[in-house]
Amino acid sequence: MSNAALTRTRTRFQLSRTTSRWLLLAAVAALTLIVLLPVLVIVFTAFKPTAEINAFPPTLLPSAWTLGNFSRIFTDLPFARLGLNSFVFAGGVTVLALVFDSLAAYALARLDFRGNRALLVAIVASLMIPFQATLIPVYQLVAHLGLVNTFAGMIMPRAADAFGIFFLRQFFLSLPRDLDNAARIDGASELRIFRSIVLPNAVPALLTLAIFTFVNNWNDLLWPLVFTTTPEMGTITSGLTLLTGPSGIVPYGTMMAGSLIAILPLAVLFLIMQRRFIESVATTGLK
Amino acid sequence: MATPLRARGAKQPYRAPASLGGRPLAAGQQARIAALFMAPALVVLLAFVAWPMLSALRLSFTNASGFGVEKWVGLDNYVRIFTDGKILATLGNTALYTVLFTPIALVAALALALLLTSRALIGRNAFRTALFVPFIVSLAVAAFAWSYLLDPQIGLLTYWLRAVGIHVGNVLQDPKLAMPTVVLVAIWKNVGFYMVIFIAGLQEIPASLYEAAKLDGAGAWRRFLNVTLPQLSNTLTFVVVFAMIAALQAFDQIYVMTSGGPYRSTQTVVMEIYEEGFKKLDLGLATALSYVLLLATLVLSLIQFRFFGKREKDTVS
Repeated sequence: MSNAALTRTRTRFQLSRTTSRWLLLAAVAALTLIVLLPVLVIVFTAFKPTAEINAFPPTLLPSAWTLGNFSRIFTDLPFARLGLNSFVFAGGVTVLALVFDSLAAYALARLDFRGNRALLVAIVASLMIPFQATLIPVYQLVAHLGLVNTFAGMIMPRAADAFGIFFLRQFFLSLPRDLDNAARIDGASELRIFRSIVLPNAVPALLTLAIFTFVNNWNDLLWPLVFTTTPEMGTITSGLTLLTGPSGIVPYGTMMAGSLIAILPLAVLFLIMQRRFIESVATTGLK
Repeated sequence: MATPLRARGAKQPYRAPASLGGRPLAAGQQARIAALFMAPALVVLLAFVAWPMLSALRLSFTNASGFGVEKWVGLDNYVRIFTDGKILATLGNTALYTVLFTPIALVAALALALLLTSRALIGRNAFRTALFVPFIVSLAVAAFAWSYLLDPQIGLLTYWLRAVGIHVGNVLQDPKLAMPTVVLVAIWKNVGFYMVIFIAGLQEIPASLYEAAKLDGAGAWRRFLNVTLPQLSNTLTFVVVFAMIAALQAFDQIYVMTSGGPYRSTQTVVMEIYEEGFKKLDLGLATALSYVLLLATLVLSLIQFRFFGKREKDTVS
C-alpha cells in the first residue's frame, strides 16, 4: 500500500517535472522566435509586393510572393558589382592576413632571435588600438599612395592583423615540437617546416581566424564608407545605405531583398560549419 | 640525452636549446629567417598602425584640413573637445550608450546562457544556434530591419505594441528614445555572441561544486550567487570589458538609423570623428577625438590585459 502510494507520488512528481520541462521549452522557443523576428522580417519582406509593404495593418507574411524586390535591387544599385566587391575585399583581406599573420606567428613561436619578446609585446600592445582611432592618417596614407577607391587601398591596411598574429602564435606554441625538430635534423628549411608541418596541424586555428576575419570585413560599414568614393567600388553593406535617400521615403522591399542577399553567404557559411563557427567566436572571443 | 625533446614546447619558447642537436641553425641564421618571416606583417603593421598612431597624435595638435598649410595649435583641439558643448555632448552620448548597452547585454546574455545550459531544456543546441544567428547579421543590415519594424506608420512592431496599448510613436525622431533604440539594435546583434562566451565559461565549472552546494542545502539562487558567479568572474570581466570597448566604437547602426540625430542625441564619438574627419575636414579636431577614444579604450584594455595575463599564465606557459 505504502509502496503504491510512493509510486503514485513519484509519478505525479515526474509529471510535474515533465510539465515544467515543456513550459521551459515553450518559453525558450517563444523567446527565440522574438529574437529571430528581425531576421524573419527581412526574409518575408524581401518577397512582399510594395503595395503590401506599405499597407496598413502591417503583416509578417506576404499574401502574394514576388521576386520584384530582387530585380529592383539590381537596377537601383550596381548590386552584382557590390557583391563582387564584398567578396574581393573580405576574401582578399582574409587570405593575405592569414598568410602574413601565420608567417609572423611562426617566427614568434618557433624561432629564437633577439627582440622576439619585444616584438610580441609591441604586437599585443597594438591590439588595444581601435581602427577608428587611426582611420584619418591611414586614409591620408592610402590617398598619398593614390589608392583611394581601389581594392589595394581597402585591403592593404588590413593585410596583417595584430590579433591574428597573437592568436596563431598561441596556437603554434601548443603544437608539439618533436616533428619540427626531427625535420630540422633532416635538413628541412624553416619555410618547409612551416608549410608542411606546422600549417597542416594548425588548420582548426586558421579556419577560426579565417571565419572571424571574413565575417568582420564582410559586415564592416565604416571602412568601405571611408575608402570608396564611387558607388561602384562599395561593398554590399555600404552600398545598401545608399538606398535611404534624403527624400525620407525608404524602399523597404528593395532594402530587405538586398539585406537578405547580404546575409546569405555568411548564413551558408554558418549552416555548413555551425559548430566551428560558434566555437571560433567563443575562442576568438576568449583570446 | 643531451637535448631532451620538449613535449610541450610552449614551456620555454624563448630560450635557445643547450646544444645544437635539436636546432642545427646558428643564432644569426635564425634571426635572418625570423626577419624574413616577420617582414610582410611588420611592414603592414608599421605603415598602417604604428605610423598612423604618431601621425594622428601630431595632427591632433594642428589645424590640418588636408589642404593648404597646417598650423601648430597646441592643445586647442583638446580644449575644444572639453569646452565646446556640441563636441562634449558626443562624449556624453557615447558614455550613455555604453552605460545602457553593457549591463543590459551582459544580463540578457548571462540569462540566456543559464537557460541554454539547463539540463531540463530539450533541443539546447538548436536554440544556441538559432540565438546566435543575429550575430552574423551586420549592424547595418540589422539597422534596416529594425527601422522597418519600428516605422511609425507601417512598422510591424509599432503596430503590435499599439495593439497591447503601448504607443511608441516615431522612436527614431524622439530625442529621448532614439538612443535606447540604437542601443537595442546593438544588444540584439551581440547578445548571442556574449551568450556563447558565457556558455563556454559555464561549462568549465566543475559539476562537483554544484553537488557540494546542493548537499549543503543551497537553493538555485544561492548556488548561482556562491558557485556560478565567482567561478565565472574571469569570463564576466572579459565580456564586460569587451562590451564596453565595442560600445565606445558605436557607429554602424547609428549611421543607418539616425545619422546622429535627432538633435545630435545619438551623435557618438566615432560618428563625430567620421563627420569632422571626412565631411568637415577638421582633421585636428577629429584626430584629437580619436586620441580620446584611444585613451578610453586603452584604460579598458589594460583591465582586460591583466585578465589575459592571468589566463596566459594559467593555460599557456
